[in-house]
Amino acid sequence: MPKDGGIGASSKRREDIRFLTGAGNYTDDINLRGQAYVFFLRSDIAHGTINNIDTSAAEGMPGVVKIFTAEDFAGVGGMPCGWQVTDKHGEVMQEPGHPILATGKVRHVGEPIAAVVAETLGQARDAAEAIDVDITELPAVIDMKDALKTDAPKVHDDLKNNLCYDWGFVEENKAAVEEAFQKAAHVTTLELRNNRLVANPMEPRVAVGDFARGTGEHTLYTTSQNPHVIRLLMGAFVLGIPEHKLRVVAPDVGGGFGTKIFHYQEEAFVTFAAKACNRPVKWTSSRSEAFMSDAHGRDHVTTIQLALDADNNFTALRTDTYANMGAYLSTFAPSVPTWLHGTLMAGNYKTPLIYVNVKAVFTNTVPVDAYRGAGRPEATFQLERVIDKAAIELGVDAIELRRQNFITEFPYATPVAVEYDTGDYFATMDKLTEIADLAGFEARRKESEARGKLRGLGVNCYIEACGIAPSNLVGQLGARAGLYESATVRVNATGGLVVMTGSHSHGQGHETAFPQVIAEMIGIDESMIEIVHGDTANTPMGMGTYGSRSIAVGGSAMVRATEKIIAKAKKIASHLLEASESDIELKDGAFSVAGTDKSVAWGDVTLAAYVPHNYPLEDIEPGLEETAFYDPSNFTYPSGAYACEVEVDRDTGQVTIERFSAADDFGNIINPMIVSGQVHGGIAQGIGQALLENCAYDENGQLLSASYMDYAMPRAYDMPFFSVDHSCQTPCTHNPLGVKGCGEAGAIGSPPAVVGAVVDALRSAGKDVTHVDMPLSPSRVWAAMQ
Amino acid sequence: MYNFDFVKPATVDEAVKALADDEAQALGGGQTLIPTLKQRLASPSKLVSLTGIAEMKGVSKQGDTVVIGGGTTHRTVAEEAASAYPGLADLAGRIGDPAVRNRGTIGGSLANNDPSACYPAAALGSGATIVTNSREIAADDYFQGMFTTALEEGEIITEVRFPIPKKSAYAKIAQPASRFPLVAVFVAQYADGVRVAVTGASNNGVFRWSEAEAALSGNFAADALDGLTVASDDMIGDLHGTAAYRAHLVGVMAKRAVAAAS
Ligand SMILES: Cc1cc2nc3c(=O)[nH]c(=O)nc-3n(C[C@H](O)[C@H](O)[C@H](O)COP(=O)(O)OP(=O)(O)OC[C@H]3O[C@@H](n4cnc5c(N)ncnc54)[C@H](O)[C@@H]3O)c2cc1C
Repeated sequence: MPKDGGIGASSKRREDIRFLTGAGNYTDDINLRGQAYVFFLRSDIAHGTINNIDTSAAEGMPGVVKIFTAEDFAGVGGMPCGWQVTDKHGEVMQEPGHPILATGKVRHVGEPIAAVVAETLGQARDAAEAIDVDITELPAVIDMKDALKTDAPKVHDDLKNNLCYDWGFVEENKAAVEEAFQKAAHVTTLELRNNRLVANPMEPRVAVGDFARGTGEHTLYTTSQNPHVIRLLMGAFVLGIPEHKLRVVAPDVGGGFGTKIFHYQEEAFVTFAAKACNRPVKWTSSRSEAFMSDAHGRDHVTTIQLALDADNNFTALRTDTYANMGAYLSTFAPSVPTWLHGTLMAGNYKTPLIYVNVKAVFTNTVPVDAYRGAGRPEATFQLERVIDKAAIELGVDAIELRRQNFITEFPYATPVAVEYDTGDYFATMDKLTEIADLAGFEARRKESEARGKLRGLGVNCYIEACGIAPSNLVGQLGARAGLYESATVRVNATGGLVVMTGSHSHGQGHETAFPQVIAEMIGIDESMIEIVHGDTANTPMGMGTYGSRSIAVGGSAMVRATEKIIAKAKKIASHLLEASESDIELKDGAFSVAGTDKSVAWGDVTLAAYVPHNYPLEDIEPGLEETAFYDPSNFTYPSGAYACEVEVDRDTGQVTIERFSAADDFGNIINPMIVSGQVHGGIAQGIGQALLENCAYDENGQLLSASYMDYAMPRAYDMPFFSVDHSCQTPCTHNPLGVKGCGEAGAIGSPPAVVGAVVDALRSAGKDVTHVDMPLSPSRVWAAMQ
Repeated sequence: MYNFDFVKPATVDEAVKALADDEAQALGGGQTLIPTLKQRLASPSKLVSLTGIAEMKGVSKQGDTVVIGGGTTHRTVAEEAASAYPGLADLAGRIGDPAVRNRGTIGGSLANNDPSACYPAAALGSGATIVTNSREIAADDYFQGMFTTALEEGEIITEVRFPIPKKSAYAKIAQPASRFPLVAVFVAQYADGVRVAVTGASNNGVFRWSEAEAALSGNFAADALDGLTVASDDMIGDLHGTAAYRAHLVGVMAKRAVAAAS
């Protein structure tokens, strides 16, 4: 029987009612009295020297409040980078300045040069057009390998070159890896590109700055996944505002996918300008602006090599990646190709020796940072693709080759510094074999062939690392932040609860899933619990939501706080029941004395806490409110196996996804329906990357895919009906819920399956193809067949 | 958008007068023009909406011709031309999405002459007559290259007359992002021969594939096109497909259109 509440129930997403009926409160819904609007004049040149910015004509235009250029920010810090990577020689990365408004040079199309604050957005835009910017265009560096040539133009004149860092991991293993390659019976080499993506959340970014002259308090309303992180970065590093004078609110947020983690110039700008103009200032990104100002994702060029012995055991793995940073370092950019990528290179396999080299490169393009999966999709893609290629070269079954090399014992310490606590890769592969009906594939292929179509099957595994932690370790790895999470559980006098979490929900369903956990712990109805998030004024300092960390880290903090609540409530109950505390049991929302029929209801205890007439005041304080901060001892390691079946049109190269199946191990599950939804969305984005999405620049740094006319978003009709299963569960051993996280899995596990399926389809027609670069557009697939 | 005046005349004559002003521009369904205005890529001083002109709307069958008012939406054509000219109705019903089809008009599409638009293929492929407030223009004279037509400043497409073929069909492969045609071919078989019009493919906009027309006029079957190719020199090459790929698709889509023709 499915449960109808608590952990494991598919409770309906309570937030959807307001989202779907237009009753949400998004940042753009916030309009403050006296608010002015800002329009950013952005560079249409990828690389150039700014000779002069003449705002004189614009100043006098109707409605103009104030025009800002870099000069106005002379005393202000630049945009900070939250992660410092140390390279293979022990040197710290090259870290360029990142101004709020372009200073001296423009370095990518879309970089803000000037900002006009006016009474209306139209007036701001009119005035911006009257600004005369004199720029001498410089040659742009777009291709990463070109950018590293000695005579390449420098994106940042004050840096040595365009190399941010040259990271080797694990450097001590390098020689042993080389040796293993020398001895290998077979070596498979694959060159590939992980295409640049634009996240495209449904809600573009918005920021509203406000300044209260009376109290000196700043407020920033912003579309953020982590308001406390923004408060810390912007307050401490950019504008010099103490945190007690700065409130950051991220209300309903319409999708983030990583791109709303980062601290952006526009946020700092509106906060600064609100004080400078003495009135609220609002910025709403247009979709066109989003394409050239939201941090992009992925963009790796990789050569991966797999060494095998004569029995087809993986003996070593070596990978060389060029990772595009864009023109500046976005907040967490340096961590993505390194610690979120290199540490995952073992995948599900017991390859004993691994060496990862990553060269992070500056180019005249929009900064690149975390996008759903962040580093882990890039790791999974290259690893799973090279295994497929090895199977082709060796003439063996690709699934068997994987099974043969699966990690079988847990905990398992990989050669890339992480320790998997639990997993069962055979179980998910077996489950996949069943739900994907792999046995029926050949019959389906014949049926497709009878209709003149090619059919292919791609199967792969993935491993992901969620809830990056613990803080002291990530500090050693270069993080300039902690990675704990917080929760305050406030019980009201009449028994209802408000949970203030440092996590942030921007579509994930926290408002539904989090109460399920507490309802289960106390034995009360979920409707008695409300989740509050997204406002630094009323939530404890937390790190926000990304990296599939919310239930594993934020949920654990909530469990710890609730445990404290229950412990105190038991003390109160023991007083009310005149029994020993150790005899008090909490069940179904009532405290009872073990072995008796004496009991007191949850509501009586909570009322006693706030109306402490009959209360042990000499032993405990009144009230029932507890806070916990939870810092995990390890990452969590969800894993799974995915299968994709495609049909390919021989004449046009068009690919259709006919079946897609996912067997995931997320450990324990709080709400299976929400988990399925997360997997569906992740797969949709993975299919988007594999078949459609491609952020492309021309050689001058002009963005070719700058709108939906050229950037292909996946649509519902591009998707098959997904078959997802998460019944294989090896609970996480180190968090109180045994949960692992599920937010990114779909986007990590699906691209290699799609590519594998297309390659398989082409091979079935006798084409000697082992890989096709994403996105597998009809044009590319057709070209691969020629 | 920049500011503009807005008028909504009730007759073609009033509209023509309103358009006589400098920098006045006709507004059909707005599905091309409004996005252009929003991006500030056009700055008409006055928009003359054609949506209030009853005489420019509707689909009727007049003998062996289907007559469509210049202000008729794609959706109306999809529904009301279905029995008289199914190939044309099918084309209209596959333009964009429901919102686009409910607003966008045949006059707007033909006036715009986007090299990847659908209607130009039907008009050229049917040998249609484009009727304006002042004259009649044969489709063969009307399309003059990408975004270029025979229309004069302020001239309004009031009607389009499509001779009804014996058989016709439209085959398209969508550009993955915009879902406009990457390449699409309209084929129509008439008593006096076959017309084949190609959109999406050429740098010169919609064109007739005369070799295919000759082959199909002799034998209206897909395999009559075997071995026929178009040169890739003038084909569009972009993010979504090389010129060679587009040239190849012309052949594939033409065959599919012939096979599907009814
Ligand atoms: C999301 C989307 C998807 C689309 N997909 C497709 C597709 O798959 N295939 C396709 O073919 N098209 C597609 N379109 C374009 C669509 O068909 C437009 O409706 C059409 O191109 C223009 O028609 P309109 O009535 O909207 O014209 P408007 O946008 O109002 O006007 C376009 C131009 O025509 C002029 N004009 C308008 N009416 C007349 C007239 N009667 N006489 C003279 N000049 C006139 C205007 O002055 C303007 O210059 C798409 C559009 C969108 C927004």
